[in-house]
Amino acid sequence: MKATAHPARPLTHALTGHVAQITEAVLDVRNLSVAFATDDGPLHAVSDVSFRLRAGETLALVGESGSGKSVTSLAIMRLTPAASQVRIGGSVLFTGGDGRTRDLLTLDAEAIRMVRGNEISMIFQEPMTSLNPVHRIGDQIAEAIVVHQQTSARAAMARAAELLDKVGIPDARQRLAAYPHHLSGGMRQRVMIAMALACNPRVLIADEPTTALDVTVQAQILELLKELQRATGMAVIFVTHNLGVVAEIADRVMVMYAGRIVEKGDVVPVMTRPLMPYTQGLLHSVPPMEVESLGLEPLEAIPGSVPDPLRLPPGCAFAPRCRYVEPACDAAVPALEEAGSDHQVRCRRWPMFAGESRP
Amino acid sequence: MTATAMALAAAPPAPLVEVEGLRKWFHLGGGLLRRHAVLRAVDDVSFSIARGEVLGLVGESGSGKSTLGRALLRMSEPTGGRILFEGRDVTHLGRRALRPIRPRMQFIFQDPFASLNPRMTVRQIVGAPLAIQRQDLDRKARDARIAEVLRTVGLSEQYADRYPHEFSGGQRQRIGIARALIMEPSFLVADEPLSALDVSIQAQIVNLLIEVRKKLDLAMLFISHDLAVVGHLCDRVAVMYLGRIVEIAPTRTLFRQPRHPYTEALLSAVPVPNPTVRRKRVVLQGDMPSLLAPPSGCAFRSRCRYALPACADAVPPLRTVDGGHLTSCIRNDLTLGRLT
Repeated sequence: MKATAHPARPLTHALTGHVAQITEAVLDVRNLSVAFATDDGPLHAVSDVSFRLRAGETLALVGESGSGKSVTSLAIMRLTPAASQVRIGGSVLFTGGDGRTRDLLTLDAEAIRMVRGNEISMIFQEPMTSLNPVHRIGDQIAEAIVVHQQTSARAAMARAAELLDKVGIPDARQRLAAYPHHLSGGMRQRVMIAMALACNPRVLIADEPTTALDVTVQAQILELLKELQRATGMAVIFVTHNLGVVAEIADRVMVMYAGRIVEKGDVVPVMTRPLMPYTQGLLHSVPPMEVESLGLEPLEAIPGSVPDPLRLPPGCAFAPRCRYVEPACDAAVPALEEAGSDHQVRCRRWPMFAGESRP
Repeated sequence: MTATAMALAAAPPAPLVEVEGLRKWFHLGGGLLRRHAVLRAVDDVSFSIARGEVLGLVGESGSGKSTLGRALLRMSEPTGGRILFEGRDVTHLGRRALRPIRPRMQFIFQDPFASLNPRMTVRQIVGAPLAIQRQDLDRKARDARIAEVLRTVGLSEQYADRYPHEFSGGQRQRIGIARALIMEPSFLVADEPLSALDVSIQAQIVNLLIEVRKKLDLAMLFISHDLAVVGHLCDRVAVMYLGRIVEIAPTRTLFRQPRHPYTEALLSAVPVPNPTVRRKRVVLQGDMPSLLAPPSGCAFRSRCRYALPACADAVPPLRTVDGGHLTSCIRNDLTLGRLT
């Protein structure tokens, strides 16, 4: 494909030209930015992040530590620290089951509590620290049901057993009485998923849910999430640094670096023809599993490390580590440009990569 | 094959590390009301590592790989079996007897944040083994050696007087590697040295390990749950399940044609970063059984889709299927999924 076939055009405001898709979006994040107050000045953890999430879709949020992927998901859930320490800009438009669209960032504490754990829920990396060690798992699952759905304790407990069964926990009814330490890591993550699904959420945010698990258990949990998603039609935001998991589970992918989206789009073009040198570098950092490529050849690693968020480079934040850097890259933060029908990239030089077949 | 090559193949040099029937059992509880229990973390493990060879050790959490690595370096006392290091039996040597051997065998830790003393400078951390083992060296000679080893791991010696918190995770892991290398060991045990690092930094450390092993002719036991990294870095791979090695083979052979159903499942569970490739996948059912109550016979049979009644009879020993390829699976009629 010729580079000239894709004249660079700056990304216009998130919505123009996509009216038809707005109606399907359960979550429409526009220009989200999060800055923390520190002794050394504001720390821009997330800058100008916009994306839409449709019902039934899985969006993978990829990046390394400090990329802003977890802060993005926490900001959507309004789980960032108190307002005195953090400044949040932009909007998070959520369309609930009743068809009403609200900006989650402007809801009061009471209203956001009715969304959280009910219409949007979240699962975390380490199931041991997110379950309460002194309560039985049945009670922990039933709590959300009682709070959000005003059912009796007995009905909530029956629903809890049903959920445990659904997430593949054997002898679900007996397991209601178990404490978290009775369960293995994989089983605990299943309990977390059961809790998150208790109120049939429209959106599930999964923050590195398989990172602490062994590969065989990870495979089980990914299968389970896919199956549940097919059955319920919920949308999933899957935060991960594992590109294999992204390829496995995502429909669309968003790569973040130093708080900004650097590449975004349908998972196939982004992962097979990445146009941002950072995405390319990440993919080259994963050793190939094919037998003929096994060997002691050095990997094409990305040199250096992520920049200090308090001292970001003036232009492209990846420029200091980029092998294709030119002086102009330091002049200004490049815009997120359209590079294909569902493919956006924040790199001045992307047309050069679009012309090559290099993966 | 030339005559010299054949002669070399016929008479392999004595291995650097030899492990025979190694056991590390932990005795748990045992009180008024509770029965005394034995946890067989490592049970009847045998293998050897040649000079300059990197052996990968893979398996799920709780399979005993870290316990094995620690026992090997005599960071714990084995319950039974033998460990020969450079031809010498070190299984039951005491603290003092081990002291002259310690510099030759070193450890790289998983967590570069927890394994460096925050109140020591890089010079003190990396130089600590010298301060203990090489008191004959004067300060100048020590500093020269520290500078040299820092260069080897890709750190500038001007960082020597800084503290660990001033470094990123990848740089800290380099410091940990420098500390392991300063005594010029012949053998390293690296226990998940990459799992606390970001993907792009992992690749840097993989490259560093490839470079130092070539340069220093290092043998290594590389413990990891990441099969892709193991495939890239190791000459041979041993697969552990519930305290025992169930398969061991040269890396390419193991990846191309696993001969144990557990290895097959592990290989197929690794997600590949290409959304257009849909591999056939063996998803294991259930969890690893408890080490306190392993199934009789083959410990994997409770999750194995190829299990036969005979699998319950006795613990299957490792058997040779082909050259250096050993498996403990009793079935010889399986064509297990391969990676192409």
